[in-house]
Amino acid sequence: MLDKNGIAKRIAQEVQDGYYVNLGIGIPTLVANFVREDISVEFQSENGVLGMGPFPFEGAEDADLINAGKQTITTLPGAAFFDSAMSFGMIRAKQVHLTILGAMEVAQNGDIANWKIPGVMVKGMGGAMDLVASADNIIVAMMHTNKKGDSKLLKRCSLPLTGVGCVKKIVTNLAVIEVTPEGFKLLERAPGVSVADIQAATEGQLIIPAVVPEIVVW
Amino acid sequence: MINKVVPSVQAAIEGVQDGQTFMLGGFGLCGIPENTITALVASGVKNLTCISNNAGVADFGIGLMLLEHQVKTMVASYVGENDVFEQQMLSGVLEVILTPQGTLAEKCRAAQAGIPAFYTPAGYGTEVAEGKETREFNGKMHLLETAYKADFAFVKAWKGDTAGNLIFKGTARNFNACMAGAATITVAEVEELVPAGHLDPNQIHIPGIMVQRIFQGTNYEKRIEQRTTRTKV
Repeated sequence: MLDKNGIAKRIAQEVQDGYYVNLGIGIPTLVANFVREDISVEFQSENGVLGMGPFPFEGAEDADLINAGKQTITTLPGAAFFDSAMSFGMIRAKQVHLTILGAMEVAQNGDIANWKIPGVMVKGMGGAMDLVASADNIIVAMMHTNKKGDSKLLKRCSLPLTGVGCVKKIVTNLAVIEVTPEGFKLLERAPGVSVADIQAATEGQLIIPAVVPEIVVW
Repeated sequence: MINKVVPSVQAAIEGVQDGQTFMLGGFGLCGIPENTITALVASGVKNLTCISNNAGVADFGIGLMLLEHQVKTMVASYVGENDVFEQQMLSGVLEVILTPQGTLAEKCRAAQAGIPAFYTPAGYGTEVAEGKETREFNGKMHLLETAYKADFAFVKAWKGDTAGNLIFKGTARNFNACMAGAATITVAEVEELVPAGHLDPNQIHIPGIMVQRIFQGTNYEKRIEQRTTRTKV
């Protein structure tokens, strides 16, 4: 089984040279720590910065320099600032190559729910609806089941949707899964996790190829 | 040069009335018009519709206006860090219109650019789409969204000049640059106000034509919501 850093490490393998990448809050933020150092990648934060760097050293925090999670950040050489309209312009126009975000539920047709639990949590969608409606390449990082042990990979989402038919790939603590027209296609399984374990934790249609290699993280 | 300078924050908010619609710049607490918010609280103006990406925190930013029950309707994309807000929303005192962040930004920009409406894919197939016209372009479904109409836009910039030209710093540009010129009256507060001619015209982010009133703010707190650091190795 993978932990949160393991999920982030596996997703980092999907990041390619020359990519502009938007990272959501939570596990996706960790991905930046594991991208290969021999490729050139720029991280976009939708509040208006490209070329985001690591957190500042203590004492160097700048209130005018934050990411979409409102955390203090730094910039790297080549960074640029812009306003919110331009930020979502580059997202809608597909200049951002890869969006990585968390989810409460994903359906086998690629629907995603990650912003609202009616009567329990209503914080708002932030930029998630814009991101999932526009990006061609969306990877979801999440646990395979929720805290009650229920599957988060469903036939249909039960929670209010963030976007329809948009998720392409899911990396969980148990597996790497591709969303196909036929359902969830199992691509890889986490170390020590059997295909039967994954099947048991997946409510939606799971397509199991003859060979399912183990996830390799480094 | 048309002089946009007003002598005080009180003069900057002259004409605000109950029931009006305000745009307030900022993302979280980054780049919010601190001086203006303090003056709006003191003015006692109420039954407001406020358009802002967030609603501040319980004791800072728009949160201060919520504490005084000045806001009737809040239009925002994310309101997660404010307990007062949550209580007022759940008890039904406060009407909340949650709007996807890119749509919110573009509804401001459309007003700024004189465009009445636009199509966007954000929110299609979700509850955001309820009651909205849809249309297919290039094989993809879109929603029709309309420009905001606001009485005042309150923005905050790093530097400004007496002609109303604005320069922002870092990620404090955010919604401030989209809201300037998007309302009947745009009020800009700046950390440093200089005479016209002292800013390089090549470096201006928002030209002064978008700004009706400008003043230099004082005592900026610039609170940080999530102070995150790394340790030196």
